[in-house]
Amino acid sequence: MQYFVQQLINGLTLGSIYGLIAIGYTMVYGIIGMINFAHGDIFMIGAFTALIVFLILGAVFYSVPVVIALLVMMIVAMLLTSLYNWTIEKVAYRPLRGSFRLAPLITAIGMSIALSNFVQVTQGPRNKPIPPMVSQVYNIGGISVSLKQIIIVIVTVSLLAIFWYVVNRTSLGRAQRACEQDRKMAALLGIDVDRTISITFIMGAALAAVAGTLFLMYYGVVVFSDGFVPGVKAFTAAVLGGIGSIPGAVVGGLMIGFIESMWSAYFSIDYKDVAAFSILAIVLIFLPSGILGRPEVEKV
Amino acid sequence: MAEAVSTERVAANTNYATAIREALFAGAISFGLFVLLVGLKTDQNIRNELILVQRWGVLAILVLLTMAGRFAYVAYLQPTLAARAAARAKAPAVAVEPSALRKNWTKLAVLGLFLYPVVIVALVGLQGSLKWVDNFGIQILIYVMLAWGLNIVVGLAGLLDLGYVAFYAVGAYSYALLASEFGWSFWILLPAAGMMAAFWGVILGFPVLRLRGDYLAIVTLAFGEIIRLVIINWREVTNGSAGISGIPKVTFFGIFNFDVSSPHYIGKVLGIATSGAYYKIFLYYLILLLAMLTAFVTIRLRRMPVGRAWEALREDEIACRSLGINTTTTKLTAFATGAMFGGFAGSFFAARQGFVSPESFVFLESAIILAIVVLGGMGSLAGIAVAAVVMIGGTEILREMQFLKAVFGDGFTPELYRMLLFGLAMVIVMVWKPRGFVGSREPTAFLHERKAVSASFTKEGHG
Repeated sequence: MQYFVQQLINGLTLGSIYGLIAIGYTMVYGIIGMINFAHGDIFMIGAFTALIVFLILGAVFYSVPVVIALLVMMIVAMLLTSLYNWTIEKVAYRPLRGSFRLAPLITAIGMSIALSNFVQVTQGPRNKPIPPMVSQVYNIGGISVSLKQIIIVIVTVSLLAIFWYVVNRTSLGRAQRACEQDRKMAALLGIDVDRTISITFIMGAALAAVAGTLFLMYYGVVVFSDGFVPGVKAFTAAVLGGIGSIPGAVVGGLMIGFIESMWSAYFSIDYKDVAAFSILAIVLIFLPSGILGRPEVEKV
Repeated sequence: MAEAVSTERVAANTNYATAIREALFAGAISFGLFVLLVGLKTDQNIRNELILVQRWGVLAILVLLTMAGRFAYVAYLQPTLAARAAARAKAPAVAVEPSALRKNWTKLAVLGLFLYPVVIVALVGLQGSLKWVDNFGIQILIYVMLAWGLNIVVGLAGLLDLGYVAFYAVGAYSYALLASEFGWSFWILLPAAGMMAAFWGVILGFPVLRLRGDYLAIVTLAFGEIIRLVIINWREVTNGSAGISGIPKVTFFGIFNFDVSSPHYIGKVLGIATSGAYYKIFLYYLILLLAMLTAFVTIRLRRMPVGRAWEALREDEIACRSLGINTTTTKLTAFATGAMFGGFAGSFFAARQGFVSPESFVFLESAIILAIVVLGGMGSLAGIAVAAVVMIGGTEILREMQFLKAVFGDGFTPELYRMLLFGLAMVIVMVWKPRGFVGSREPTAFLHERKAVSASFTKEGHG
C-alpha cells in the first residue's frame, strides 16, 4: 500500500508537468485546429532559459534563497519563451492560416527541428546538469515526499487556478472561447482574432516555461533533445483527455503520469513509454474523441 | 509630371521609414530571442560544473543580420514581389504550348537518372564516384521511394500517417535478422520484408479505422514510437540500441557478388580491377528500379478501382460510403500498400548500410518523409521527387562545404548546422509555396474534358 501511494505521488508529480505542457497543445488545437509540434521544444527552451538564469544568479549573487531563485527563473523563462512562441506563430503559422490543414503542421515540425538544433548549436550537445536546488525529503507514515514534488504540485495547482480564472472569468478568456467556437463569427462581433490567437500562444508558452523550470528543478539536468519525448507525451495526454478541452489536458496529463509511474514500478521501466502509447491507442479505439472531448459531429 | 515624381519620392521615403522601423523592431525581437541562448553559452569547467561563457559579439552579429534582412525585405523585396504580383494579375492569360522539353521531361528525367552513375564515373573516375553515387544518388533515391510510398497513404488516401518510419524499420529488421541468422538471399527477403511490413500496416490499420484526422496522426506517431521502443528493449532478438551489424550484401542474383574474398567476386567473374564503387553503382540501380516500381504501381493503381476509391475517400468519406465503397478495405489497402513500399525501402536500407540500429528509425525520419510529400505537393510524384532532391540533396551538400571553414575559422563545422537549416528550409518553403513545388495535377477521373486540378481544390481528407 505504501509503495502504491508512493507511486501515486510520483505519478502526480510527473502528471503535473505533462498537464502543464498539454494545456498549450490543447489550447492551440482548440483555437486554430493545428498540432503545434514545436510546443515540446518551447518547453525545452523554457528549461534552458531557466538553466541559464540559474547560472547567472549563481554567478552574480553569492547565495539566493531558493524561492526567489525559482521565481526569477520562472518569470524570465515565461517571458522569453512567450517571445519565442509569439515570434514562431507570427513567422511560421500566421501566413498559413486558411491554407490546408497539413501546411501549418509541416511548418510546426520544421520549427521543432530548427529549435532543438538551434539549442544544440548554440549551447552544445551535452547534458547540462545543475547542483540540486531543493533536497529536503519528508517522511510521512513511511511514504517519502520530497519538497520538489510538493513545489511542483503547488505551483501547478495555483497556475491552473489562475488559468481557469482567466479562461472562464475574463473578457480575454471569453474572446478565446468565442474564437474556439467560430472564428469568423467572433471576428464579426469585434474580437481581434489575430491578437487572441497570439495571446493563446503566449499563454501556452508561459505554462510550458513553468513546466520547463519545474522539470529542470526536478531532474536537475536538461539537454537540447529534451523537448521531444515530454512533448509527445504531453500531446498524447492532450489527445487522451480529448483535444481542445482544457480540463481534459490536465486529466490526460495526470493519467499519463500515473500510467508511467505505475508501469515502471510494477512491470518494467523499459516499456513505460510503450505502455503510455498503447493505452493511448486503446483509449482512442473505444473513445475516439478522448475522455472529456466533445464527439465530432459529422455534417454533410 | 513633377507631381507624380514627388509622390513617388514620398512613397519611397515612407517605404524606407517603415523599413527602418520594422528593422528596429525585428532587431529588438531577435535581441530578446537570442540574448540568453546565444549571448551566453553553458560550458563545463574542469570540475564538471556548468559555467557561462559570454559571446556578445556573436549576439550582436546575429541581431544586426536580422535587422539587415528585415530592412532589405521590407524596403526592396516586398515592393518587387507586390509589383510582380500586380503585373501577373494584369497580364492576360495566354495558353502556352508546352515545349518539347517540357512534354517529355519525365522520360528525360528517368533517362538522366539511369545515366547519372555513368556520367559521374566518366567525370571523376571510379574511386571519386563513390561519394556522389552513394551520398547523393542512393541517399536521395531512398527518400524518394519512401516519400512515394507514404504518398499512397497521405497523398492518395488522405490518411495522415506520422509513423511511417515504423514500416521502414520493420522492413530493415526483417532483412537484417533473417539474412544474418539464416543467410537467406536479398531477393527472397525483399518481398518477404515487404509482406511483413504490409502485415504490420494492416495490424496498425485495424484499430485506427475509426479515427479521423489528428487522432489518426497521433496514434500512428505512437505506433512508430512503440515499434522503435520495442526494438530498443527487445535485446535478445534485436540486440537493442547496439543494433545489428554484418548484414550480408546483396548479390547479383547469385551470378556474382560484391564480397572481395569470395570466388564469385564481380572483379574475378568479369576480370576487372577490385573497387568498392561497383557495389555502390549496383545499389544505385537497384534503388532506382525499386523507386520506379513504386511510381509505376502508384500510377497504375490510380487507374484501378482501388486507387479511385482512395482518392474518393480523401475527397469525401461520407459520399464515399454512400456510394457503397467499403471504406474499411479501402483504408486497409492504402495502409498495407504504403507500408509494403516502406518495407522494401527498409530492406534495401539494411543491405546498403550493412548495419541497422534504432537510431535510424526515429520520429524525425517520419517527419522528413512527410515533409517531402507535403512540400512536393501531395499526390504529385514529380513534385515529391523534386522536394526530395532539394531537401535531402541540400542538406547533403552542406557536408561538402568545407570552404566555409576558411570563412568562419577552423572550428566551424557545417554538418552541425545541417538539421537547423533543414528545419528552417521546411518552414520557408512551406510559407513560400503552401501547395508544394508542383501545385497542380492531372485529375485521375474526369467528366467531358481533362482540366488540371489546382491543388487548392484538393482536400487533404479527414481520415
